[in-house]
Amino acid sequence: MGIEFIKPGIDIDFLGHKKWAFIVSGLLILLGIISLIIKGGPRYGIDFAGGTIVQVRFENPVSADEIRNGLKKISLGRSAVQPFGHGGSEYLIRAKQTSGELKRLSDKIKDVLEEELGKGGVEIRRVEMVGPKVGKDLRRKALLALFYAILAIGVYISGRFEMKWGISAAVGISLLVIVYFLSLFDVPLTFLVIGAFVTTLVLYIILNLKFALGAVIALMHDVFIALGIFSLMDKEIDLPVIAALLTIMGYSLNDTIVVFDRIRENLRKSYKEKFPNIINMSINETLSRTILTSLTTLLVLISLFIWGGGVIHNFIFALLIGAIVGTYSSIFVASPVLVALEQAASKKYKIKTSR
Amino acid sequence: MKGLRWRLFLILGIFFLTLMYLMPSLTSKLPEWWFTNKIQLGLDLRGGIHLVLEVQAKEAVKATVDRLAEDIEDGLKKERIPFLGVKREGVSDINIELVRKKDVEQFHNIVKKEYPELNWVGVKTEDKIKIVKLSLTGKRVSQIEHLAISQALETIRNRIDEFGVSEPDIRGCGGSRILVQLPGIRDPQRAISIIGKTARLEFKLVDDAHSLEDALKGNIPPEDQILYEASIDKRTGEQIEIPYLLEKRTLLTGDYISDARVLIDPEINEPYVGISFNKQGAKIFAHITEGHVGRRLAIVLDNKIHSAPVIREKIPHGEARITGSFTLEEAKDLAVVLRAGALPAPIKILEERTIGPSLGQDSIQKGFKASLIGGSLVIVFMIIYYALSGAIANLALFFNLLLIMAGLAAFKATLTLPGIAGIALTIGMAVDANVLIFERIREEVRLGRTPRAALDTGYGKAFWTIFDANMTTLITALILFQYGTGPVRGFAVTLSLGIIANMFTAIFMTKVFFNLLVYKLKLRHLSI
Repeated sequence: MGIEFIKPGIDIDFLGHKKWAFIVSGLLILLGIISLIIKGGPRYGIDFAGGTIVQVRFENPVSADEIRNGLKKISLGRSAVQPFGHGGSEYLIRAKQTSGELKRLSDKIKDVLEEELGKGGVEIRRVEMVGPKVGKDLRRKALLALFYAILAIGVYISGRFEMKWGISAAVGISLLVIVYFLSLFDVPLTFLVIGAFVTTLVLYIILNLKFALGAVIALMHDVFIALGIFSLMDKEIDLPVIAALLTIMGYSLNDTIVVFDRIRENLRKSYKEKFPNIINMSINETLSRTILTSLTTLLVLISLFIWGGGVIHNFIFALLIGAIVGTYSSIFVASPVLVALEQAASKKYKIKTSR
Repeated sequence: MKGLRWRLFLILGIFFLTLMYLMPSLTSKLPEWWFTNKIQLGLDLRGGIHLVLEVQAKEAVKATVDRLAEDIEDGLKKERIPFLGVKREGVSDINIELVRKKDVEQFHNIVKKEYPELNWVGVKTEDKIKIVKLSLTGKRVSQIEHLAISQALETIRNRIDEFGVSEPDIRGCGGSRILVQLPGIRDPQRAISIIGKTARLEFKLVDDAHSLEDALKGNIPPEDQILYEASIDKRTGEQIEIPYLLEKRTLLTGDYISDARVLIDPEINEPYVGISFNKQGAKIFAHITEGHVGRRLAIVLDNKIHSAPVIREKIPHGEARITGSFTLEEAKDLAVVLRAGALPAPIKILEERTIGPSLGQDSIQKGFKASLIGGSLVIVFMIIYYALSGAIANLALFFNLLLIMAGLAAFKATLTLPGIAGIALTIGMAVDANVLIFERIREEVRLGRTPRAALDTGYGKAFWTIFDANMTTLITALILFQYGTGPVRGFAVTLSLGIIANMFTAIFMTKVFFNLLVYKLKLRHLSI
């Protein structure tokens, strides 16, 4: 056989370490929340907040201060100049204003910079301008995408894991009904998304859909940590990042499904073993596969991160975090949640039978 | 194994179909009956402009109402009804100030007869003056707005035609918005100013009878307006604005122009735009010039005066010159815009994404390089870790890539930079399916089963897991496609194609190859 990293018969007590996992996850999420609160929410890119970005390349290396001086002539309002890529001759100028006029902000910037730094030495590589109307549209689209993703995933895993499609249909319908109800009160879209998520959780708890609940919690854990890290590192959230978040959701579920499938297979095989032991065994059995898939995905993502260029940098970064955290959550978050629910359920059973 | 032959044929068939779809993107020397679908490169890879424009249709309504107001003034004068003023209020209302109470009834009849598109809102009395308010009907307002939007679309198309862009994409995208995508534009500034220029050409008379100075202080006669000519001060070289007092009434507009050409004046060696009016326009022009010899006629473009030459004589043949300090390029652009016609209403840019060609090239190079490196790493890893089976998985991977590219071509989908990342991601994730199967097979082999049994059981157990796992990513990819824009959509497309291709190659194709090895070549021992 070829090489095997993970020897068969490996037996790591993953569940035993769940306290550590809990602490690590808790810490990360807490840090993220604190960062979000301090910075007043996530840092939105121009896709959602509106604004203008101009990517400029100079023939000779220029310092950010020289650029800022040059730009003083046109009152840009709140703006930022940050280096792009390596080399010191390419910068990203970001301004809050957007002008619908034909003489675009980028034209003015080019003129003023050419005056200061010599004609022909300034190349506008890219311009992105999102006016307030379109910004609002994009925000709406992003939230709708998130909402439908939660809905679709919620319905799919409840059906798939519990093998009761009737239940999943019920879940789907209830979600739509409750969200529709909320929307009648003119609730902003963000709350609809949060409402959908909360409803999903509650429904799963009520219907005792343990597997689905474990999966969804792992998923949201990933998204929260990703958002938290973005906030901590002051990275902007724009449309591609939201796309990455959705992809992470799908991908994280991937992993979780593989582990849960194993758990169910083993549950069917052995009635005698205790629940936590079965879960541990299942994770160990699928460990090889989980690590390997993450490895290959990470190889590609890291490659894109290093060599892919500045334009998709943020996007790849989000995917990278998602891939790492997604794998971690399938092992250390989804399964402990299952165990916790099982123990809670069996306690109830014990109480019932003791009466 | 039964059915191995037809399965092999199926794979070969799909392989050739894939090649057929890919050929157009690689070479253009193909016979006529071949597909013509090429893989489209997104703007972020090709370079180009993406604009979302909004037609300010309300301005078109205002303009119509202004013209109606002028008409009503003329009508009142003809009927000798004394009035103080006729003015537009807001977007679609007109206020007429009448002096005598008894005129109101007569006026009402006139309005009913001549202006069915105006609603009689009411009369109010202020300081003994009767103010009649008329309002354009809702139906007419929306008619004007719709017409403005479709005319704008048409005009922009014409202008871009003149500009000569390959594969422009111009279409309405809801309400009063227009989407314009022009790949490969090297001078976005110029392109945008040609597209968005209202280009409303008007001819107005200069009012020499009243004092310009008085007007500048604030005493503008009611029939006049002040407009400026942008000029360069001969002494200082600075840009200055020269005011003119003009009669508000527009005598002739650019609508009557049938042609506009760029010519060079040999005497001063400067370019100018020569315009020709159509038959009706020529008549009106002759009439104007005949009746106002000696006065100055201002040529106004988008409310800025271009020039105001003196009318020396009647011009019967409808030819005029628009002069001014032009560069040759400015003159050419003006000619384009006059030929294509004025925009019925001004345009605002709501969103712009412009990528310069150099950045586009860069992105292609970086994207491919990074994907190549990542992909190669994965391929090498697969062979080291899974030996021969790894090679089979790599073959499947290669086929995957071909399928994705062929899929892009077949659906005429657009490849964007995130799309390239999506392909790379698929490579990383594609291995997953193979890993699942191989790990299962390894388990079975460890349990001591024969290669055949191990294969069958391995594939069997892994199938549903692979299906589910891919399903969830597919769901999110489809949602992304629905709600994403441009580059993000490109990502969703390649991701979806990659997942579907992956399911086919990982589950169907590799199994066929394995079976080939085990049954036909009678391999005793699985190299896995």
